Amino acid sequence: MTMIKNDRISEIIDGKRVITRKPELLAPAGNLEKLKIAVHYGADAVFIGGQEFGLRSNAGNFSLEEMQEGVEFANKYGSKIYVTTNIFAHNDNMHGLEEYLQGLERVGITGIIVADPLIIETCKEVAPKLEIHLSTQQSLANWKAVQYWKEQGLERVVLARETGAEEIQLMKEKVDIEIESFVHGAMCIAYSGRCVLSNHMTARDSNRGGCCQSCRWDYDLYAVEDGEEKPLFEEGKEAFAMSPKDLKLIESIPKIIELGIDSLKVEGRMKSIHYIATVVTVYRKVIDAYCADPDNFVIQQEWLEELDKCANRETASSFFEGEPNYEQQMFGEHGKQTKFDFCGMVLDYNEESKMVTLQQRNYFKPGDELEFFGPNIENFTTVIEEILDEKGESLDAARHPLQIVRFKCEQKVNPHDMMRKEMR
Amino acid sequence: MKKPELLVTPHSVSHVQELLEAGADAFVLGEQKFGLRLAGEFTIAQIEEAVKMIHTAGKKAYVAMNAIFHNDRVDALTPYIQQLDRIGVDAIIFGDPSIIIARREAESNIPLHWDAETTSTNWFQANYWGKRGATRTYLARELSMEEVVEIKENAEVEVEVLVHGMTCMFQSKRSLLGNYFLFQEKTMEVENRKEAKNMFLHDKERENKYPIYEDLNGTHIYTPNDICIIDELNELFEAEVDSFKFDSVLCSDEYAITVTSCYRKAIDAYMESEDDYDDVKQDLLEAIEEIQPEIRPLDTGFYFKETVY
Repeated sequence: MTMIKNDRISEIIDGKRVITRKPELLAPAGNLEKLKIAVHYGADAVFIGGQEFGLRSNAGNFSLEEMQEGVEFANKYGSKIYVTTNIFAHNDNMHGLEEYLQGLERVGITGIIVADPLIIETCKEVAPKLEIHLSTQQSLANWKAVQYWKEQGLERVVLARETGAEEIQLMKEKVDIEIESFVHGAMCIAYSGRCVLSNHMTARDSNRGGCCQSCRWDYDLYAVEDGEEKPLFEEGKEAFAMSPKDLKLIESIPKIIELGIDSLKVEGRMKSIHYIATVVTVYRKVIDAYCADPDNFVIQQEWLEELDKCANRETASSFFEGEPNYEQQMFGEHGKQTKFDFCGMVLDYNEESKMVTLQQRNYFKPGDELEFFGPNIENFTTVIEEILDEKGESLDAARHPLQIVRFKCEQKVNPHDMMRKEMR
Repeated sequence: MKKPELLVTPHSVSHVQELLEAGADAFVLGEQKFGLRLAGEFTIAQIEEAVKMIHTAGKKAYVAMNAIFHNDRVDALTPYIQQLDRIGVDAIIFGDPSIIIARREAESNIPLHWDAETTSTNWFQANYWGKRGATRTYLARELSMEEVVEIKENAEVEVEVLVHGMTCMFQSKRSLLGNYFLFQEKTMEVENRKEAKNMFLHDKERENKYPIYEDLNGTHIYTPNDICIIDELNELFEAEVDSFKFDSVLCSDEYAITVTSCYRKAIDAYMESEDDYDDVKQDLLEAIEEIQPEIRPLDTGFYFKETVY
């Protein structure tokens, strides 16, 4: 597929093409702190889970009060909050839905991400101000089904993770509806909503948030021939596995924008603030740079390196660039790679004394070379000298999580900037 | 007392005749281009032939169009529905709303049966699709007996449940077997894999064997046990659940015939009286146990099992 220059999203300004319909960068947040970090680092919208009707029962989920605080914070930046309500309900889950949706509407949530028609129809009736976005749990993969949901009055659809660039292009041509597409994070290997391995193997309902990730386990593959069980693996070699590499489409962002995709979604409500800050920072830079001057855009190597500084599985382009082959799966040992430790978050900086006040997140000590990054600074590294505790006493190391420490840093940093250390 | 339909999944046109004789009331036909995980492949000509046999016997024929469609197949939906209309099939099974649009374009009135596999989990959904042309919903296998009964009480459409057979618990678009063979550099297996229905995954921790195969719709993984509730049908009868399905995917022709005749006897006995059914149900269970392959233990699925989340 050749990349088209989409004139529906761009204009010529002063002789130069500029993307005027910029896509939304949508980030995950498992709690209020993560929400604020995502917004502060440049997410246009954040999706969160409430205490009911959402998947990820293990993710930190928001009370209505916390949602309200999140909305107020996001509003200051012009960002939106969506709430995942994407379970497939059983009869027992139907109670309390109306009050819940009315509560979301009341606290200023922009929209909900939904799979079950029960929740779609109830929302239309009792909380009509909420936008309705179809969840990827519906595994929406063709333009006629997109047309169906458009006719049902939905504002936006999240596509199946199995859809590729050409498929999305046709959907955009055929139907006028917002399309949200995953660009980064862990993926299901199955069609979403169509996997109940967890139910059958561990009696935990995957479509109500109980997924135990059985697809990440190893299995031995056999064939039965004339009643004999014949192994299709070699002893001591890698077993059959279905674990997909994580999605990473940073280098496809130009194509994604030209397709006219409306929202670029980063997965990971369970991820750390360091992960969210890093991923949002890099996607923000790439989107902004491309939209400002698409015809002269070149991706910077340092952006790609920056993205790899948060803990990740190996990554791949999944279905976006064509049918994934075995190289987009992981066989054998496959832990997450962590190249950098997240050492702390800046709480304050005194420009006169050049002292940083920082909340510790991981061990560091005097003499360590540390890197700072944040939405309003260029990354830089510095060697830490003396570290003081809150009382001003000198420390041999910053050892305790959430401990408040101070040290000198010649370059200015800002509250919410982060500090990381390369692991050697 | 409403008599439930006994719905089966034939392997071939000749198998249809045998299953009619064994007492089946309704049949799922179709091909993998449109239908998911069918027990047999039926071209349009074969569907036409089978439908004639089925209608001559006064029984029903449904055609599966319940695949998860991508753009590459949607243009074929409307013409296919027009052909089914001409043949006069009794229902189309669907799990993707593109079928609602395609049926409208085909100007067809063939009733629809909603079957989105794992996601048909409450009565509101049954009625939702009912308002959009469905006359029936096939419930997810991950529901309890109590949930099934409550759905039936509140559904404005017919309700179908699986009473016997294996069920799919995973569908990936990816070629997972092919990918594994390529990873192992086993080209032979890659070439043959789409015909092979004899593979399973061994889960050592649970001592389970999960059938796995690939076809046009991707990779499918099945439950390690076959559901069998031939001796536990009382509540389904009482609730007047409309259709009892026996899915014979990956079973032998003979096995399917025997199981069909056992459920025929169970339904007929209950229609005489509950006592008649209670008298024969143990024998019927034993008849099935006798032919049950060793590799496929029987269980009762989620009918009597708690799920957490």
